[in-house]
Amino acid sequence: MKKIGVFVCWCGTNIAATVDVKAVVDAIKREPNVVFCEDYQYMCSEIGQNKIINAIKDCKLDGVVMCTCSPRMHEATFRKAAEKAGLNPYLVEVANIREQCSWIHKDIKEATEKAIVLARTAIAKVLLNAPLYAGETPVIKRALVIGGGIAGIQSALDIADAGFEVDIVEKKPSIGGKMSQLDKTFPTLDCSACILTPKMVDVSASDKINIFAYSEVEEVKGFVGNFHAKIRKKARYVDTTKCTGCKACMEKCPSRKTPNEFNQGLNNRTAIYIPFAQAVPNVATIDPEACLKLKTDKCGLCSKICSAGAIDYEQKDEIVEREYGAIVVATGYNVINLDHFNELGYSDCKDVITSLEFERLTNAAGPTAGHLVCPSDGREPKTIVFVQCVGSRGLRPCDKPYCSKICCMYTAKHAMLLREKHPETDVYVFYIDVRTPGKNYDEFYRRAVEQYGVHYIKGQVGKVVEKDGHLEVQASDLLTNEQLHINADLVVLAAAIQPDDTARKIGTMLTASMDTNDFFTEAHAKLRPVESPTAGIFLSGVCQGPKDIPETVAQAGAAAVKVIGLLSKDKLKGNPCVAIPNENMCNGCSLCATVCPYGAITYVDKEFRVMGKTVVRRVSQVNEAICQGCGACTVACMSGAMDLKGFDNKSIMAEVEAICK
Amino acid sequence: MQGIEKAAKQRAEELLNSGEVARVIGWKEGDFSYDVSPATFTKENVQDFAYTPFCGANLSKYLIEESKKEGKTAVFLKPCDTYSFNQLCKEHRINRDNIYVVGIECDGKIDVDKIRVRGVDGILSASDDGENVAVNTLYGEKTLKREDLLLEKCRACKGKKHMVSDELIGEEKDDAPRPRFTMVEKLENMTEEERFAFWKKELSKCIRCNACRNVCPACSCVNCVFDNPASNIASKANADSFEEKLYHIIRAWHVAGRCTDCGECSRVCPQGIPLHLINRKFIKDMNGFYGEYQAGVNIEVNAPLNSYDVSDREPKDFDSKE
Amino acid sequence: MQVENKEWKPKIVAFCCNWCSYAGADLAGSSRLSYPAEVKIIRIPCSCRLNPTFILKAFQRGADGVILCGCHPGDCHYTSGNYFARRRMTTLFSMLNYLGIEKGRTRVEWVSAAEGARFSQVMNDFVKSITELGENRKLEDLRCKE
Repeated sequence: MKKIGVFVCWCGTNIAATVDVKAVVDAIKREPNVVFCEDYQYMCSEIGQNKIINAIKDCKLDGVVMCTCSPRMHEATFRKAAEKAGLNPYLVEVANIREQCSWIHKDIKEATEKAIVLARTAIAKVLLNAPLYAGETPVIKRALVIGGGIAGIQSALDIADAGFEVDIVEKKPSIGGKMSQLDKTFPTLDCSACILTPKMVDVSASDKINIFAYSEVEEVKGFVGNFHAKIRKKARYVDTTKCTGCKACMEKCPSRKTPNEFNQGLNNRTAIYIPFAQAVPNVATIDPEACLKLKTDKCGLCSKICSAGAIDYEQKDEIVEREYGAIVVATGYNVINLDHFNELGYSDCKDVITSLEFERLTNAAGPTAGHLVCPSDGREPKTIVFVQCVGSRGLRPCDKPYCSKICCMYTAKHAMLLREKHPETDVYVFYIDVRTPGKNYDEFYRRAVEQYGVHYIKGQVGKVVEKDGHLEVQASDLLTNEQLHINADLVVLAAAIQPDDTARKIGTMLTASMDTNDFFTEAHAKLRPVESPTAGIFLSGVCQGPKDIPETVAQAGAAAVKVIGLLSKDKLKGNPCVAIPNENMCNGCSLCATVCPYGAITYVDKEFRVMGKTVVRRVSQVNEAICQGCGACTVACMSGAMDLKGFDNKSIMAEVEAICK
Repeated sequence: MQGIEKAAKQRAEELLNSGEVARVIGWKEGDFSYDVSPATFTKENVQDFAYTPFCGANLSKYLIEESKKEGKTAVFLKPCDTYSFNQLCKEHRINRDNIYVVGIECDGKIDVDKIRVRGVDGILSASDDGENVAVNTLYGEKTLKREDLLLEKCRACKGKKHMVSDELIGEEKDDAPRPRFTMVEKLENMTEEERFAFWKKELSKCIRCNACRNVCPACSCVNCVFDNPASNIASKANADSFEEKLYHIIRAWHVAGRCTDCGECSRVCPQGIPLHLINRKFIKDMNGFYGEYQAGVNIEVNAPLNSYDVSDREPKDFDSKE
Repeated sequence: MQVENKEWKPKIVAFCCNWCSYAGADLAGSSRLSYPAEVKIIRIPCSCRLNPTFILKAFQRGADGVILCGCHPGDCHYTSGNYFARRRMTTLFSMLNYLGIEKGRTRVEWVSAAEGARFSQVMNDFVKSITELGENRKLEDLRCKE
């Protein structure tokens, strides 16, 4: 027979004023299995805890019930005390007779009766409790950062700064991301390259950071502390250890017709290229789609010109296998495809451009060396119209339902810079709302309107058509209720941003959940905003939701801190209250895996001996390091094979029965 | 129909004699021709294979055991049975690679009790011309309208198309699915008290023979909760009136989203309890609440209870009229 | 129909998820917001842990009402648990009602850790409606009574 000890706490008068603790002790003493029952003023005090320890030792208790305050308060305290006395901490149950009884009831008789029922319920549960042991897994002290934009860079630098090794995997030839393409940054108007480049150099100089540029994560297996990744290093056809970045090859390359991605296709690049001057790593890459040597085996000029002998036309993709303790997702964003926005003329008119293209047109390192001209004929624009919320906050299938968040501010920045450099221009901004929350943001926007004389018009642009070498912008001014026709030279569309198209694939690979817009879901919208619900996966930057640079850097740092916290542990102690399948009852039907938010359940074919015969059955297995113990699988399981330790079917049923008695 | 019956038997023989399959799951007649039961055939006993208007049984469940055996197993599946087959594949209960599915034409099967209640005794055999059923009895031949004799499940036929098959015998007619929620709706429109009375009357007939569970292709647990003392709901018999409900509610819950509405539970119930009305309520609700879903059609799609939408209705809104 | 004697008080089982609703109940307690003593709480990790069998068992053992409280949709500690619970309970409650069990005997409410007042109000309301429904006779042992 199991021996149970019950302690009834007075909590000063908090409990004792409404619950007759002596009556509770008298009633509970008569319960079967209860061999020890005592009341005390403050069970959580040291004396109180010693009473628990002594009773466990003296009476050789198999379980303890604490009739005290909420388990959310002191369950951990009492469990530690039990552990000290050699009792498994999960053999302690708490009956919440303060928050759920004495504090809410006035009638002593009623409250006392309820306290007795709650105590009996806890006894019923503790009688069925089994000792639980938290598993331990070692932590691999290296982090993987997927994406080498400002988010990935910042996370990697912070993690490396704490002394841990970090790998950055970037699919493009250089790290730097979208920020490297920007001209100035709001609200202080400092040059983007000037603040980003030192960070990129730090990454490259750090002996803790390995850059896998022009590489993609191909597969991730494992779980928190023990991820195993396969990284595909795409063939650059250039030996990165030899290339000095001298660009002699770029001068000689005869294939010069490939749209330059870094300049948003506003000019062309060579087949062998370094995307931009500050690229890290500063090595050339051959585009196999454009290279004459690779396509037709005629040419080979770059190989002849390269004094370092870095060109290698035979190079192949390489798969690198690495192990990590934590993964930071920093896959960033892209602007949406504007093919469905015909009314705004993006596909038809050369002088209708996106804001990112505008950034390149005004950037000193851009295709026009910073000289703003109309892409169609190179004239200087006199009237410029900015259109906000293109594809954001919309309800049509081609629209995004969310606010892209950064557009109001960068448009104010563009308008302001334009008016400053070219005071003779007319600048219009069409908006639905101007959203400028953030430190010094609204002030910035007001400066654009008040100091720089940008015409902000509340209303939407209905149509942009080319007419006599100009763009006719038809719009409505909602405040004056007027139809407007503006003859513009340049129209700039603040296109919505969306998660990078690799995000979904990576999310699936990591079993990290995503929302319907393909943004990664955080573990808790308010309290765990940089963690994915999947343990060991952290979120940095726009992959989690639209953000500007300061927010991205803040989140990147926060994600890094979470990673550091994880990697600084030698071993991870799991939560022992995890799902446990009974393989003798498991049908192998896979229903449990469909509801598991963590991908903790897998299946194996296993041999069983049934009545002298060997049969192979598919059965489920739970990875205790991944399972968080929600219990969704236990209800999806029809055969009752899946149960949850600490909250098992039998003990919950016992609680139900005790309450209904 | 007679052509199909012959062709089916011939095909079963061919499959076995050619050695293509090691066994065939089909139907065989008992002492009385209407007393048909599922059977596994080998070369030795394939002459007993029968496909008659009384072959209502769904054979897919037998594959759980048979498909584990050495060699291929052929199975004859009517259109409605193929839904159960797919569902079993989805749940990894049967080894598809080891199975050869012969899809067989079906125009609805006959309930012998419906012949009997029409005062026809001494039934020897029946033949079906699509319109009428000629019942050959000890006392001569009686002709009855076929529609009146159909099994309850055939009166709610989902259509004549096979969801899966390796070959087909006969043709697949383009029949539209028959309405199947008429009785559920009738019950829904009753008052709570009337419904309670209806189910009390029906469920109190239950003798806990477990026939419904044993025949159900979705009820195929290695170890049923009702047989497992650890589940805390195990029982062999109904000790009180709640237990009948407990048994049938939990059984229906366990097959919710997995039940293909094959109607076997009601067909085999010796007490004539309309158990399909419980399963169909779940199906109707889930269709109405979460969008049309038919178990056994697409094995890639998660069942309604194993998926969700952030804008799902609240539990209190279950009876808001669509 | 209302023939209950004055002494009759309903038995109510409340399943509360550990992260939101149980904390909400604690807050109701620390705010001294009362609700009837007939409500007894069982702590479960998440609303998705609630097996319909537990509800049926409660009714079998004489509970007059069963309520499930969980995090508000979108706020689940485990991200999706309450979404599954919502579907499960919606279909189960509909089924119980189809079998003639009063709609009011079962309920789901979303109560956050900050909603102590709401927890108390929900429980007061639930107890009131169960008291009006009276004793749960439909799920008791009827065969013996007839």
